[in-house]
Amino acid sequence: MNALSAFVVVLALAALAFVGGQVVILRPLFGVILPWAAILTLLLGLTHRVILWARAPVPFRIPTTSGQQKSLPWIKAGWLESPSSTPGVIARMALEVGLFRSLFRNTKAELREGPRLVFGEDKALWLAALLFHWSLLVIFLRHLRSFMEPVPAFVKALAALDGFFQVGAPVLYVTDIIIVLAVGYLLLRRLRNPQVRYISLFFDYFALFLLLGVVITGIFMRYVTRIDTVAVKQLALGLVTFAPTVPKEVGSLLFVHLFLLSALAACFPFSKLMHMGGIFLSPTRTLANTNRMKRHVNPWNSPVKVHTYEEWEEEFRDKITAAGLPLERE
Amino acid sequence: MRDRGIIVGGLILFLGLITFPVWYNVTAGSTAKGPEPKRPEQEKTCVAPVGYMRTSHMDLLMDWRDEVVRRHNRKFTAYDGKSYTIGLTQTCMKCHTSKADFCDRCHNYAGVAPTCWDCHIDPKLVQRSTG
Repeated sequence: MNALSAFVVVLALAALAFVGGQVVILRPLFGVILPWAAILTLLLGLTHRVILWARAPVPFRIPTTSGQQKSLPWIKAGWLESPSSTPGVIARMALEVGLFRSLFRNTKAELREGPRLVFGEDKALWLAALLFHWSLLVIFLRHLRSFMEPVPAFVKALAALDGFFQVGAPVLYVTDIIIVLAVGYLLLRRLRNPQVRYISLFFDYFALFLLLGVVITGIFMRYVTRIDTVAVKQLALGLVTFAPTVPKEVGSLLFVHLFLLSALAACFPFSKLMHMGGIFLSPTRTLANTNRMKRHVNPWNSPVKVHTYEEWEEEFRDKITAAGLPLERE
Repeated sequence: MRDRGIIVGGLILFLGLITFPVWYNVTAGSTAKGPEPKRPEQEKTCVAPVGYMRTSHMDLLMDWRDEVVRRHNRKFTAYDGKSYTIGLTQTCMKCHTSKADFCDRCHNYAGVAPTCWDCHIDPKLVQRSTG
């Protein structure tokens, strides 16, 4: 049900933008105002979120570890799995962000005949997630060719590498195929696996359908229906130089592409997509495990008024003596 | 934790990177002005309508290549019934004489590196080197 409603909403959004792209007076709305509003929402919302997280108190070290903590010199410590220093934390974070190491340990549980609960490795999710994220990054960077004039050398080099196989004209980009397959797998996994489907919410599907929508419209514009690339670049440059133009040569499909992306960007700070910033603000990942090496005192501990036994004994000394009870200090 | 400096620093770095195109275009002085390729003066019609040529000229060139290389056919009948000889340097570049002033303007603007010139030569460059 969640999947179906998300699909219908995305289709409705796409249809809205498609029609809006053909109405002359609405073209500046879908081409300029909504993308600007979406980017502004993304940047302000993301900043707000990160500042909220930064203000959250983290008095103690709470890293999740899977290695031996550094303690005595003759016990071998896991410098990467239980890092006790900043370089270790940086190495672990880099591998986590770049290679999704914790997802690599993903397992699946199945109830087989018997009944018998069987655990096994499940690398498919890791592989699809990794391929998806890296493709998305490459595609994002490739898009800079429309937003920067002159086109920087690294963007050209990346595009050349991505189009390495030189299939057809315009050249087929490998990441375009990979991202469709990867997002397709992530979506199918949600739909096919009963346990995953049970915990999937509307937004889980919504984000995937939006991404698929953006990717498919992009692929259609590049390889099937074609688009006036020069006009698209003029629109894109207008957006980032704050001198917007919506050339008449820009096709309707670009407005669908832009609008779905705007929707995704506007949702970003309010959704699970914030894991992009969140990964860097996870105390379970970014803190060195120095629980035993250092004494961690809660910095905002207020002074507590205590009444020690010695003081208590002094207060009731005569009564204790009268009752014939022993005293600590005679 | 006393990590606020690092967090705010990281946030500023991210915002700087994500708005990089804005700064880049400001320093390069770029505007939304198009590349304006130099159009031929004498000839008014091309082998296909201008809208098609803008978006899909590469399809036409690929078809032309296949026609010549695989089927040995050098005759092309255009949408308006006119007949053309298939050939990039012979036909296209007869009107669009300069690669630098026509092809390259849009290709550089859009960051496209077509493989045409791996085999074909720019006639102007040849003239300059021999003459």
